[in-house]
Amino acid sequence: MAATTSSAEQAAPAADRGPGNAEGREPERDAAGLGRRRAAAFVAPALVLVALFLVLPAVWTLYLGATDYRLTGIPAIDPSFVGFDNITKALGDESFLHSLRLTLLFVLGSAVIGQAGLGFALAWWMRERSGWLRTTLEALVMLAWILPSSVVAFLWIAFLDRDGGTLNELLRTPGAAWLLDHPMLSIIVYNIWRGSAFSMMLYSAALGNVPASHLETARLAGASGFQQLRDVVFPRIRGHILTNLLLISLWTFNDFTPFLITAGGPDGKTETLPVHIYKTALGSGELGYGAALSFLMLLINLVVAVIYLRLLGQKNRKKKTRTARGRSAEGARGSELEESA
Amino acid sequence: MADITLDRLAKVYPGGVRALHDLDLTVRDGEFFALLGPSGCGKSTLLRTVAGLEAASGGTVRIGARDVTELQPGDRDIAMVFQDYALFPHMTVEENIGYPLKIKKVGRAERAAKARRTAEELGLGHLSERRPGQLSGGQQQRAALARAMACHPQVFLFDEPLSNLDARMRLEARTFLKKLQRELGVTTVFVTHDQAEALAMADRLAVMEGGELRQVGTPTEVFRRPASTFVASFIGSTPMNLLPGRVTGDGTVRVAGGELPVPDEAAPLAEAGEEVVYGIRPEYLSWSDSAADGAVSGTVSVVENLGSAQLVTLEPEDGSSVQVVVPEEHEPAPGTRGWAAPRADRALLYRDGDLLAARAEAGTAAAPLS
Amino acid sequence: MRTPANPAAALLRGVGVYLLVALTLAFFALPMLWLASAPFDKHPGITVSLPDFTLANFERLWNNPNAVDSLASSLILAGGSAVLVVGLSALAAYALSRVHIRGRDGLLYALLLLSSIVTGTAAMVPIFLLAAELDLVDSYLGVVLVLTGGLLPAAIFILKDFMDTTPRSYEESARVFGASPLRVMKDIVVPVVRPGLATVGVWTVAQVWGNFLIPFLLLRSPDKSPAAVVMYTFYTEGGQPDLALISTFSLLYSLPVVLMFLFVSRRYGFRFHGGIKA
Repeated sequence: MAATTSSAEQAAPAADRGPGNAEGREPERDAAGLGRRRAAAFVAPALVLVALFLVLPAVWTLYLGATDYRLTGIPAIDPSFVGFDNITKALGDESFLHSLRLTLLFVLGSAVIGQAGLGFALAWWMRERSGWLRTTLEALVMLAWILPSSVVAFLWIAFLDRDGGTLNELLRTPGAAWLLDHPMLSIIVYNIWRGSAFSMMLYSAALGNVPASHLETARLAGASGFQQLRDVVFPRIRGHILTNLLLISLWTFNDFTPFLITAGGPDGKTETLPVHIYKTALGSGELGYGAALSFLMLLINLVVAVIYLRLLGQKNRKKKTRTARGRSAEGARGSELEESA
Repeated sequence: MADITLDRLAKVYPGGVRALHDLDLTVRDGEFFALLGPSGCGKSTLLRTVAGLEAASGGTVRIGARDVTELQPGDRDIAMVFQDYALFPHMTVEENIGYPLKIKKVGRAERAAKARRTAEELGLGHLSERRPGQLSGGQQQRAALARAMACHPQVFLFDEPLSNLDARMRLEARTFLKKLQRELGVTTVFVTHDQAEALAMADRLAVMEGGELRQVGTPTEVFRRPASTFVASFIGSTPMNLLPGRVTGDGTVRVAGGELPVPDEAAPLAEAGEEVVYGIRPEYLSWSDSAADGAVSGTVSVVENLGSAQLVTLEPEDGSSVQVVVPEEHEPAPGTRGWAAPRADRALLYRDGDLLAARAEAGTAAAPLS
Repeated sequence: MRTPANPAAALLRGVGVYLLVALTLAFFALPMLWLASAPFDKHPGITVSLPDFTLANFERLWNNPNAVDSLASSLILAGGSAVLVVGLSALAAYALSRVHIRGRDGLLYALLLLSSIVTGTAAMVPIFLLAAELDLVDSYLGVVLVLTGGLLPAAIFILKDFMDTTPRSYEESARVFGASPLRVMKDIVVPVVRPGLATVGVWTVAQVWGNFLIPFLLLRSPDKSPAAVVMYTFYTEGGQPDLALISTFSLLYSLPVVLMFLFVSRRYGFRFHGGIKA
C-alpha cells in the first residue's frame, strides 16, 4: 500500500509542529503573519456586501411575512402587523402543501436520484477512459450546464414541442404533448439534463482520490464491480456524496427555471415552491403572504441542510477516532473495513 | 556571521501545551548545528521560533549582538529551507532564487545576474529557466539552497532538508551540504529526526525530548557517552544494549547472567546493591566462540548481515537479549553458544536513566574529536 | 485483470455499456441540435433539420439594436460582478483560511444556505425595496451589487478550500525573506490558487450571464436590459416567437460563456476541488 505509507511518512514530521497539528491538518496557521486586525480588514468588504444584499433582504422577508403587505390597495401603503397569521394560513393552505409535495418530488427525482445517479455513473465510466467518445460526452454534459438558462429553457420547449418537436420526430409520436400530459416528468428529465455536470465533476474528483491500490486489493480478493463500489469506493467518498447531495438538493429546491418552461402549468401541476411564491407575491400581489411562504421555504431548506450536515459530522467524527486509534496503515485499514461493514 | 543565543526560551501554545521549556543554548558562529529528536519533541517549534514564524512565550533569541525576539522573520537576517523546499511553482528557478532580492528591492538586472551566479555555483546553471515541477528532488533541494544563499543571511535554518530525497540522493546531498556549509561558513541550524544524518553532518548537536534539551555535544561525545538512556537508545544505527543489573560488592555488575566490571568513571559513585542499567554499544562488544572472563554468554538467535560485519543477537539464560557487532572473520551460526566482552573504556552505567560519571557533566570536555 | 468466465457474457456486457453510453450521448446532444441548425436556416422551424444554409439571420440580428445592446449590457454586468466576486472572495477566503475565527464554518454554511435561497425568488420584494431605498433601481451597479452579494458565500466557500490546500511553507518562506502579508498574497497566493480564481470567475460570469430575475426586477429602461431578458422580446408582428431571431441570438448569446469556459478549462482545468471537501 504505497499511498498509505507515504502519507504516514508525511504525517510524522508534520506532527512535530506542535499541538495544533495533533488535531489533523492545521489550516489556521497564520503563515503570512496576517494577524487578526488585517484578517478582519480582508474579510470586511465581502461581509458588508453579503450583509447588505443577502442577510438584510432575508431578515426583511421575515418581517414582511408577519404583515399583510400587498402590491396594491390600502395594505400597500400602510401594511399592518398580523404576526403568525400568514404562517398558520400557509400550513392549512392546500395549494401551498401541493406545491411543497411537488417540490419534494422534483428534488428527489431530479437531484437526489437523477443528477447524483447519472453524475456518478458518468464519473465512474470516465474514470479510466480517454479518447474522443469520453471527450465528446464530457463536453456535451458540461455544455448543458454552462448554457444560459433562457436559452436552455427555449431549447427544451422546442425539443418537447407538440408539433414538430425533435423528440416527437424521433419517436414518431406526432402530437404527443409532453409538457401537457407529463409536465412533472418533463421538468424532472430537463433538470437531470441540466445539472448532472456538477455531480459528475465532483464525483470525478472524489474518485481520483480513491487509491488504485485499494481497488486492486478488492479485485484480488475477488470482489465484483458492485462489491468494489460498496466496500471500497463508497466508504471512501461518503463525504463527497453527502456534500454533493446537500448542494444539488438546495439548488434544485430553489430553482426557478421550470417556470421558464412550463410557467407552473398546466393547472399548477409543475408549480414548485419558488414558482408558487413568485405567483403569490407578484402574480396575486400578496407580498406579505408570499414572504411568509419564503420564510417557510427557508426553514425547510434549513432542515434539509441540517440533516446532511449531521450525517457529514458523524463521518468526520468517525474519521477522527480512526486517526486517533493508530497511525499505522493496519489500523486505518481495519476501521475502514469496519465502517463499510 | 553571527552566533545564536537562546536564553530561557519558552513556547506555550494556546490551550496550555508547553512545546519548549525554558531552553538555554548557544550555537557558535559558523557552526553546523543539528536539532535531533523524535516526532513531537519540539525541535521544529524551536527552529520556527528562532525564525520568528512562531512567537516566543518567554525568554529571548539573540542573533549576533541583536535581540531578535520581537522582530518579524523578515527582519532577522536569516534564510530558511523548508522540508518541502517551498519553491514557488509559478516561478522559474532563476526567479525563485532572485525572489529574496526582489523583496529587498534589488534592481532587475543585478538580481538576475546574482541569481544566475548562485545557480551556477550550485550546478543549476543549465536549469535556470525551468519551473520547480520540472526538477528532480535533488535539483529542487539545490534550488532552495541557492535561494537561501542569494541574500547572504547571517544564519541558515534548515527544516528536515534531506527527508524528501530518496536514500541514495540523501547520502550525496549530505556530503554536498556539509561541504557547502564549510565553504560558506554561515552559522546553520538544521532539524532532523534521523540520528545518522545528525551525526554525519553536524559540528555539534542537541538531542531533544519533550520540549527540553537532553544533551548538547559533538557527535562523538553524544555517540560515545549518551547522557541518559533516552539519548543512548535514540543515537546509533544499532541501538545501544541497555541491560538492567545490580552492583555487587567487588567492583562488578551482575548483568544478563554474567559479571562485568564497573566502568572506572562510575566506580566512585556506584554503591553495592544498587539497581543500575549497564550500557554498551554492539560495536564495543568483542566476540568470542569460547568462554571468556568479564563477558556475557548466550545462545545465538539471529544473525543479520551488515555487509562488512554481522549483527548477532545473543540470548543469555535470563531472558534478556544482547546485540553484538561481529567482524567478518567470525561466522557464528544460530543455535551455537557465544561470549561477548565489553571494551572497558566504552561501557557506561546509568542510574535512574542518567549517566553515572565521576566528572559529572564533564562529558562535553572529554573525548577528543575522532 | 480477471478473465471473464464466459466470453459471450462479457461481450454482451460490453455492448450493453456502450449502448447506454450512446443513449446518454443522445440524451445530452439532442436538445442542443436545434441551436446548431436553426440559426443557419432560411426558414427555421421548431424541428431540427439540415439547414437551408444562410447567414441572413445574423445580419438581421446585427440590425436589431436591442440585441447588440443587450449583449453589451450582459458583458458589463458579468464583468463587473466577476471582478467584485473574485477580488472580494479571494481576500476573504485567504483571511478565513489562515486566521481562526470562532464559528467560522457555521457562519460560512449559514451564508451558503441563505445565498441559495435568497438569490432566487424568495427575497424578490425586499431586494426591490432595498434597491429603491439605495437609489439603485435602473442602474447596472445595483444589479452587480445584488448578484455579488448573492454569489459571494459560495465563491468564498470554493476558494477557501483552494487556500486551505496551498502549502503554508510557500508563504512562510516568502515571509522569512521579508515579504509583507499583502506582498505574499500578490506574489505567492494569487498565482498559486489561479485555477481556483479562474474557476470562480467563470462560474460567476456564467451565473450572471444567465440570470433573468434580478435584471428583470431592477433594470427599468429597455436599453439596459441584458440578453437574458431581451430574449423574451423577440416576437413577430403576429405575436408568434420569431424563431430566426431567437435561435440566432441564442447562439451568439451562448458563445461567450462557452468559449470562456473552454479557455479556462484548457488553461487551468475547471475544478471545484480542493473546492468542496469531504
